[in-house]
Amino acid sequence: MIEYRSVTKQFPDGTLAVEDFSLVLPSRQTTVFVGSSGSGKTTLLRMINRMVDPTSGTIEIDGVDIATLAPVNLRRSIGYVMQNSGLLPHRTVVNNVATVPLLRGVPRQKARENALALLDTVGLDRSLADRYPSQLSGGQQQRVGVARGLAVDPNILLMDEPFGAVDPIVRAELQQELRRLQVELDKTVVFVTHDIEEAFLLGDQVVILRTGGQIAQVGTPSEILANPADEFVASFVGADRGKRALHFENHNGSDILVDSEGRIAGVIETDAAASVPPPQSVSESKAGSVSGSGAPAQGGDQR
Amino acid sequence: MNFFLDAIAWIFDPANYAEPGGIVSRLLEHLLFTFVTLVFASVIAIPLGYLIGHTGRGRGFAIAGAGGLRALPTLGLLTLVALWVGIGLEAPYVALTILAIPPILAGAYTGFEAIERGTIDAARAVGMSEGQIVAKVEVPLGLPLLIGGIRSATLQVVATATLAAYVADFGLGRYLFAGLKTRDYAEMLGGSILVILLALVLEGIFALVQRLVVPRGVIAGRPEDVRARPIRSRAATGTPVTEGRSS
Ligand SMILES: Nc1ncnc2c1ncn2[C@@H]1O[C@H](COP(=O)(O)OP(=O)(O)OP(=O)(O)O)[C@@H](O)[C@H]1O
Ligand SMILES: [Mg+2]
Repeated sequence: MIEYRSVTKQFPDGTLAVEDFSLVLPSRQTTVFVGSSGSGKTTLLRMINRMVDPTSGTIEIDGVDIATLAPVNLRRSIGYVMQNSGLLPHRTVVNNVATVPLLRGVPRQKARENALALLDTVGLDRSLADRYPSQLSGGQQQRVGVARGLAVDPNILLMDEPFGAVDPIVRAELQQELRRLQVELDKTVVFVTHDIEEAFLLGDQVVILRTGGQIAQVGTPSEILANPADEFVASFVGADRGKRALHFENHNGSDILVDSEGRIAGVIETDAAASVPPPQSVSESKAGSVSGSGAPAQGGDQR
Repeated sequence: MNFFLDAIAWIFDPANYAEPGGIVSRLLEHLLFTFVTLVFASVIAIPLGYLIGHTGRGRGFAIAGAGGLRALPTLGLLTLVALWVGIGLEAPYVALTILAIPPILAGAYTGFEAIERGTIDAARAVGMSEGQIVAKVEVPLGLPLLIGGIRSATLQVVATATLAAYVADFGLGRYLFAGLKTRDYAEMLGGSILVILLALVLEGIFALVQRLVVPRGVIAGRPEDVRARPIRSRAATGTPVTEGRSS
């Protein structure tokens, strides 16, 4: 469990990035910070591994105030996946993944074996192991970044817009991959994004932030969608424009879900229609019956 | 033109190879002097440059200091130090070490500064200590620019080391001063040609080393490129630090 207790961060230049922030992030769940640019998401995330120290307030991990822990050891025990992968350009893929275990003194051979196994975990071919990061595509680099984050088998995984720099299709693929990993690995994940669809797809707990790290609303995706706390949240999740309101239309005897702009959002599966696989299935979406927008990349599993 | 032929003839005249004081031993003296000077300068400039590059502090101080050192006329400095410590090799060592420090210092800290901030931030974020960041990330990635700095220092020292003969019977410079005195222009020009050749050979060696020390992966593009281009791309080796570049 990670707990922020009235945390404030003011940078030396006077910028108040986070003000009096308090929140509990439950263990083995994914908490997503979502908000527009400059709302303090990265600052909040980096305070967990002491890359940023709060000006006031405390952060506890399982009841221990992290200000009392040595930053280097703390960071080695927490996985961190960065927006532009943050891989070391002069190390091969496998050595990048093994970076932290090697720092911790794991024997080279064992570290390499574990790293190769992690490439399997994140869906990368082992033949890429001896390439350099510059020889990989953006999506592959992100996977390596995720593998590196998992290399010490951390209880906590921090992810800062890890899929921000890849195209929508690869992005959807990586999101699905991450959902699979969440089920498999059972970690406490703190995820930052400015994409509300991504937040709803991945988050058990979603935190919508205003400028200055002010919490606009905290809740499960369906709670937020069903009851946006205010105008700000409503406009952020797109509910105010009725964008998420879906209705039925009947085409040639099958029920089609259509969104507010007339785009087809999916097909309602009945026993008869189930024999014809629908192009996208609303039931795939985690947020449940209310969600599912027209954007094809985010609704269903593309593969 | 005749001078030039005379100089060539002088270089190939076996009489000039008679030891002691032959061309080979003077060439070796010159090389050794250059090498030792570079070691002195590196021992001072590299740790200092790394400190500045890693912390980002003292950069203004370094630029001002290096600029000041560069502005010192080497011959004047040499004379001054010689007046102080006396005739011998101490004065040229001091004067040329001072000459060699600025480019090496600049190579060391610009090498660190040229590294993408995100890379260093990432290294810190995964739990590298400051020492590990320097040793495992900054030093290897900064090496090409550092070698560039040493390369430019080497060229300056090897050329200016001729001045050592001004205060000591030493190195290839001896031929220049002796030739000037006796109006033996063949000897003078022959000596200069040897210095130039030495400089060119060192330059070639450095060009090679500079390519070799670019960490693999830093320049590797797509795999096709790597196969098609066995020789490392020149662009990524970084421009050698030349005098005045950062001042
Ligand atoms: N090192 C710093 N020094 C000064 N101000 C900073 C620093 N880092 C961040 N800030 C400021 O703090 C505020 C919050 O920044 P932060 O990086 O946490 O935002 P963010 O929500 O992650 O934004 P984005 O979505 O663009 O990544 C911004 O106003 C930013 O300019
Ligand atoms: Mg950010």
